[in-house]
Amino acid sequence: MAILVIAEHDNAVLAAATLNTVAAAQQIGGDLHVLVAGSGCSAVAESAAKIAGVAKVLVADDAAYAHLLAENVAPLIAGLAKGYSHVLAPASTNGKNYLPRVAALLDVEQISEIVAVESADTFKRPIYAGNAIATVQSSAPIKVISVRATAFDAAAGEGGSASIEALAGAGEAGTSSFVGEELAKSDRPELTSARVVISGGRGLQSGENFGLLYALADKLGAAVGASRAAVDAGFAPNDMQVGQTGKIVAPDLYIAVGISGAIQHLAGMKDSKVIVAINKDAEAPIFQVADYGLVADLFEVVPELEKQL
Amino acid sequence: MKVLVAVKRVVDYNVKVRVKADGSGVDLANVKMSMNPFCEIAVEEAVRLKERGIATEIVAVSVGPAQAQEQLRTALALGADRALLIETDEELGSLAVAKLLKAVVDKEQPQLVITGKQAIDSDNNQTGQMLAALTGYAQGTFASKLELSGDKLKVVREIDGGLQTLELALPAIVTTDLRLNEPRYASLPNIMKAKKKPLETVTPADLGVSVASTLKTLKVEAPAERQAGIKVGSVAELVEKLKNEAKVI
Repeated sequence: MAILVIAEHDNAVLAAATLNTVAAAQQIGGDLHVLVAGSGCSAVAESAAKIAGVAKVLVADDAAYAHLLAENVAPLIAGLAKGYSHVLAPASTNGKNYLPRVAALLDVEQISEIVAVESADTFKRPIYAGNAIATVQSSAPIKVISVRATAFDAAAGEGGSASIEALAGAGEAGTSSFVGEELAKSDRPELTSARVVISGGRGLQSGENFGLLYALADKLGAAVGASRAAVDAGFAPNDMQVGQTGKIVAPDLYIAVGISGAIQHLAGMKDSKVIVAINKDAEAPIFQVADYGLVADLFEVVPELEKQL
Repeated sequence: MKVLVAVKRVVDYNVKVRVKADGSGVDLANVKMSMNPFCEIAVEEAVRLKERGIATEIVAVSVGPAQAQEQLRTALALGADRALLIETDEELGSLAVAKLLKAVVDKEQPQLVITGKQAIDSDNNQTGQMLAALTGYAQGTFASKLELSGDKLKVVREIDGGLQTLELALPAIVTTDLRLNEPRYASLPNIMKAKKKPLETVTPADLGVSVASTLKTLKVEAPAERQAGIKVGSVAELVEKLKNEAKVI
């Protein structure tokens, strides 16, 4: 039994979610191979070869894979998958985009966003926005699985010495092309892999007031997130959204500022190790999940917190 | 051009679901059911394409029990021209639904299929992508903007870290994200008119599609409850707790 893990990367750097996905694969057990599909991605392949426990890295370096377009990359993965018992990818927007296409090409059902491995064929996954956890068993010949990265501790990124094998690309499918990308530029850590996350809600009252959170975040080396209410109100861009319809995070410390704690927000952060809530409404549901609650005016206590750290 | 929109009947998004005591699933008895929110966005987008003179006909399709007619009537009230229910009492997985939709695509030959990015019950986020694989069409998932020019579709997608723009050849499959549009409410006259619009019912067997599954749900349980902690009285106390008790800073 061998497992294929699809690496998440931007052609330059291997994304941390790959290490969590490898950890999930290690719990299933078996020979572990990593596929790096991209363009000019040799540095990524070298990083992948250093992951502890990885036996082989397959590299498909082709212009057609530069942006991991599903139409191009799914046939490549489906072609390789026939030699494996499991194919795992992080449940990133990339993984969510190409992996079901791979599963359908293989005529197998996909198991989405697993949070636990029970055995080689049985997994746990959240349903109903995380309000229920289903244990599912698959009898599919190839198990195609997306992995919620925050649910697995990362595998060691150093210590391995896998062989690297180049694959020929299959080229363009010709049905889609990349036009452009607008990525938020930030010196702060990435939301889903940050050790500390500070999120703001409607209580911030304006986009300018998010500046308070940025100042605090810089002090703590934290990423900044937002509730859906804050995104809908235009205070923050959508890629900062934490919640069932946004990003799922599970940092060591999560500080919710001016967030009431709607179910949909809790679904995105309730697996954080320590939760701090700052809200002037003592009845806000966020306090029901917070380890430390501070009932106070955020405009007074956030600057004070920044000073005291 | 013809647009096909897929809609799913799911528990209303405002309902706090409860897991059944025997672990066999969630309790849906006497619970309000609605159209999946992402599917509402899909219907709205199709209606806007028709209002702009781009779409000529909107066909709404659903896979589900007889009661899913209610959600199809809603789609008709919002502006779909006709509806098709693929009736089954089984809870089908995404691959089976995608195969059923493929059979409908083969028959209807739409230029564009719009589905929600995921249903809020199973949270699979698979059907649109699988339909794209089965039809061989291009896919624009998690769309926040659509722009049509000739036989090309420009799709702005919500991705980790920002937005990505792709150009797809038609026919294509699009799955909706939250910011694509804000769905309208159906007006009373349109609800009345929708009752007279055609709604056809077929079964998976009629379409010649096997819906056998390799996935078995062994149990469904409530997630671990998080215990509420303590209230601190001041910033100084909070900092002290985070440093010495939680040891996270």
